[in-house]
Amino acid sequence: MMTELSLNVLDVAENSTRAGASLVQITIDADTLSDQLTITIADDGCGMTPEQTAQVTDPFFTSRTTRKVGLGVPFFKYAAEAAGGSFSIESQLGIGTTVKAVFVLSHIDRMPLGDITSTIHTLVVYHPETDFLYEYCYNGQSFTLDTREFKEVLEGAPFDTPEISQYIKDYLTENKLEADKGAVY
Amino acid sequence: MKSLEELKAIRNKMQGQVGLRAEDHNHTRVVVGMATCGIASGARPVLNALSTLVQEKGLTGKVAVTQTGCIGLCQYEPIVEVMEPGKQKITYIKMNADKAAEIVERHLIGGHVVEEYTLNSADIK
Repeated sequence: MMTELSLNVLDVAENSTRAGASLVQITIDADTLSDQLTITIADDGCGMTPEQTAQVTDPFFTSRTTRKVGLGVPFFKYAAEAAGGSFSIESQLGIGTTVKAVFVLSHIDRMPLGDITSTIHTLVVYHPETDFLYEYCYNGQSFTLDTREFKEVLEGAPFDTPEISQYIKDYLTENKLEADKGAVY
Repeated sequence: MKSLEELKAIRNKMQGQVGLRAEDHNHTRVVVGMATCGIASGARPVLNALSTLVQEKGLTGKVAVTQTGCIGLCQYEPIVEVMEPGKQKITYIKMNADKAAEIVERHLIGGHVVEEYTLNSADIK
């Protein structure tokens, strides 16, 4: 089991990149008034058949052939359902997949969001061929990171050069702090 | 609010430097397993530590840190593989950020394999 929700995000988004997505949209939306945390990961990768989609939350189903278990999606589903929330996965072959998990913020069994900045930074820097649109929203205050905008400015300079990698980390850290005022949840 | 202007400034400062990075085949490749098994056992801080240290120690010209999927040895995660050109692959198991720092210092900089963390040294049953 994952120790924080941001690790689930990393894991599920890794699936998107492996599905050949050119754009992965990740949304974190926390609202203390409605007491909800909604996490969405949507990609335009290869998608799945209705049969595969129905099976993917089963821990004993996986598309790989090396062994018979696939725990990534079941972990995420379990994390949401254990915290009074809900989980859905929708997919269309050739169109893409959308995973959505809703959590009750104040639920005692809700895992902490954790280091979401590290998750997004890792995804962006290590998957230069995939574009990411990340939206972070806390009580209506939000910011976005769009790697397509970054790429336009950078004109081919790679994300893993030290200065750019550091900029991306600072961008995520500073803008998150501005949106949530350092709230830990 | 961090702006794109700052990124533009970084880009302009870097102009001309980009071509200086070594070719891929001369690079030592450091690969971190980042599937469910790796992530659940702590691969993210290991990857972050490795890439940060490689940058801080100025090794980016000869070391490339990348990630991969499941290596197939889930019980030994987090796993770090070091592939130096012309040498046998070294597989480090049960890594954490501190051990990763040692790998950078002793193996990537010092040139000596940290035997006690390798898969070879593990008592495999």
